[in-house]
Amino acid sequence: MAQMTIAEALRQAIREEMIRDERVFCVGEDIGIEGGFGGAFTVTLGLSNEFGHDRILDTPISETAIAGVAIGAAVAGMRPIADVQYGDFLFCMMDQLANQAAKLRYMSGGTLSVPMVMRAPVGATARGSQHAQSPEAFFTHIPGLKVVAPATAYDAKGLLKSAVRDDNPVLVFEHKLLYGSKGARSEKGALSPVGDVPDEEYLVPIGEGVVRRPGKDVTIVATLLMLYRALGAAETLSQQGIEAEVIDPRTLVPLDKELILASVRKTGRLVIVEEDNLTNGWGAEIAAIVADDAFVWLDAPIKRVAAPDVPPPFAPPLEREYVPSEQKIVDAVLSIL
Amino acid sequence: MNLETQSEVPLHELPSLEQLIGMYRTMYLIRRFEERVNELYMEGRIPSTLHLYIGQEAVATGVCANLNQGDYVLSTHRPHGHSLAKGVSPQSIMAELFGKATGCSKGKGGSMHVGDIDLGVLPAIAIVGANVPIASGTALAAKMQKTGGVTVCFFGEGAANEGAWHEGLNIAAIWELPVIFLCENNLYAASTSFSKTFKIQNVAERAGAYGFPGIVVDGNDVLAVYDTAREAVARARNGQGPTLIECMTYRQCGHSRSDPRTYRARDEEDEWKQYDPIPRYRNWLVDQGKAGAAELSHVESDVEQIIQDAIAFAEASPEPTPQDVYLGVFKE
Repeated sequence: MAQMTIAEALRQAIREEMIRDERVFCVGEDIGIEGGFGGAFTVTLGLSNEFGHDRILDTPISETAIAGVAIGAAVAGMRPIADVQYGDFLFCMMDQLANQAAKLRYMSGGTLSVPMVMRAPVGATARGSQHAQSPEAFFTHIPGLKVVAPATAYDAKGLLKSAVRDDNPVLVFEHKLLYGSKGARSEKGALSPVGDVPDEEYLVPIGEGVVRRPGKDVTIVATLLMLYRALGAAETLSQQGIEAEVIDPRTLVPLDKELILASVRKTGRLVIVEEDNLTNGWGAEIAAIVADDAFVWLDAPIKRVAAPDVPPPFAPPLEREYVPSEQKIVDAVLSIL
Repeated sequence: MNLETQSEVPLHELPSLEQLIGMYRTMYLIRRFEERVNELYMEGRIPSTLHLYIGQEAVATGVCANLNQGDYVLSTHRPHGHSLAKGVSPQSIMAELFGKATGCSKGKGGSMHVGDIDLGVLPAIAIVGANVPIASGTALAAKMQKTGGVTVCFFGEGAANEGAWHEGLNIAAIWELPVIFLCENNLYAASTSFSKTFKIQNVAERAGAYGFPGIVVDGNDVLAVYDTAREAVARARNGQGPTLIECMTYRQCGHSRSDPRTYRARDEEDEWKQYDPIPRYRNWLVDQGKAGAAELSHVESDVEQIIQDAIAFAEASPEPTPQDVYLGVFKE
C-alpha cells in the first residue's frame, strides 16, 4: 500500500498499462516535452523519459487532430490515451467525439471498435470562463461514449486502467483541485487528497458507484470536488443529528442506478450536487430516474445543487458563488427535511 | 491541363494486362452500380438518399489498384465507388442501400456510411473533412505497428476548407505518416463552385504549406491516377510521409438525388462528358491492342450480372428487426 495523489495514481496507471500492453500510447499537448509540464497537471511527467517520444506523442495545438488521431489509431488496433489540457477544449473536438468516436461502431453494424481514452481536467479554478467548465453532462447525452469521474487516488488509478482496457471510447474527467499537482503546476486552494493505493494490480470497474458515507436520513449524490463538499456538508449535518448517505457514482455512463435507487428507498430523500450548470445537467437525469423508479419511496421533492446557468466567472467572490458550497448543500438538505 | 487524350502524363510503369482489364472492370462496375441504384431509387425501391459517383470512377479505381487488403481507406458521403474499388462486395453495399440486415453495416449505416473494416474500409464519414484526422490516426497505427500499411483518405475539394482538414494534414506532415490525402476536385461543393471558395488555383498548392508534395492530376484518366497514386503509395510505404493528390474530375450527376443542377451550365456538363473516364479508357484499351471489343463486352455483361445478383440478394434479404436498433452501440 502506498500513499499518493491523484496525479501520481493516474501516472502509475498509464505507466503500468504501457508496460503491460505495447498498443497503449499517450497523445496530447505538452505531455512529453523535456523541461515541460508533463501535461497541464503533471500527470504524464517523466513518462517520455521511460517510454520515448514514439509512445508519448506531443502534438501541435490541434485538438481536433488529437481526437481524430486517437480514433483512427484505436480503430486500427492501438489503445490511445489522449488528453486535453482543459475540459473546455473538448468542444474544439466535439465533432470527432460526438459524430465519430461515438458513432463509428454503430455505423459499421458493430463490426469495429474504438478503444480510446480521452482525459480532461475540469473545475473552476480562478481561470475565468474558458478553462473552468465541468462539461461531463454533454458527453453523458451521447450514445456510444462512456464517462467516468474519479475523485480519489484509488479510483483514479483503477478507473483509468479499466478505461484503457475498455473496447469503447471512455472520457475520463479529472478535477484540477484534486490532482495534487506539485511545483509550478500546483493549484491554489487545491484539496489534493492523498489516498491509499494498493501495490498489487487492481481495477475499478466502469459503471460501479460507491457509498462514501452511510446514512439514513437523506441521500446526497456527488462526484469529483463536489463529493468532498458533500462529505463536508454531511459532517455538518451529522452534528445536527441528520445522517446523510453520500454516494459517489464514479461513473456517469453507464450509471450505477441501482446503488442510487437502493439508497433513496432507504432514506426517502435525494440531493444531487454537480459543479456543472444546473439546466440539463447529469443531475437532472438522475432526478428523472429516481422520479421514475423510486417515486413512491420519496418523502420529499428531489433537490439539485449546481452551478447557476451562467458561464464560470473569474473574481474569487464570483467563483465562490458559482461553485456549489458546503453551505448550499446543507441548505438544500435542510429544505427537504 | 489537356483532358482530351488518354495518359498525357508519361507513365513510370504500365500496369499488367490483368490489372489494366481489372481497372476497366472496376470502373464499369462503379458506373453501372450507380446507374442501377439511381433507377432503384427513382422506382422507390430503396429508402436511402444518394450521392452518386458517376463521372469520378477513374479516381477510386486508379488509387485503389495500388492498395493491399491491409491498407486503410477513408471515404466520404459519396462513398460507393471507394468501397467497390477497395473490394467491398456489391451485394453487401446494395443490401445496405436497401436497409437490409445483410448490408455491410447491417442496415445501421445506409448510403453515406458504407464500408467494411475487414477490407480496410472504415464506415464512410459523411461529416466533410472529419475523416482527415482519423486517416492520420490509422496511418499512425500502421507506423507504430510497422505493418508497412498505408492509408488513403478520399475527400472532395470542399473538405479542404474545413479546420479538421488542416489539422489532419499538419499532424501527418510532422509525424511523416504513411497517408495519401486524395482530393477529388469535382469543381462543386454541393452547388458552390471551386472559384467561389478558393483564392488559389489548386487545392494541391496547400500541401506545400505543410511541407509535403502536392500533385495535380487528370482525375478522368485512370492510368494517370494509377501512376500518381503508385508513387505516393510507394513514398508512404518507404517512410517518406504523406502526399496530397488532387484529381481534377467532374460529378456528372447532381450533388444528391434531388439536385436539378441549376447552378451550372449545360454546356459545361456537355464538355466534361467528352472526357468521361470510361469511354476514354475503353477506347485506349482497344486502340492500344490491350483488349478486344469483344473481351470488354464480356467484362461488361459480367458486371451487369454481378449487379443483378446484388439487387436480387438485397431484395431477398431480411430487414433488421426492431430489436436490432439496440445492438452495436458499445462493445461488451
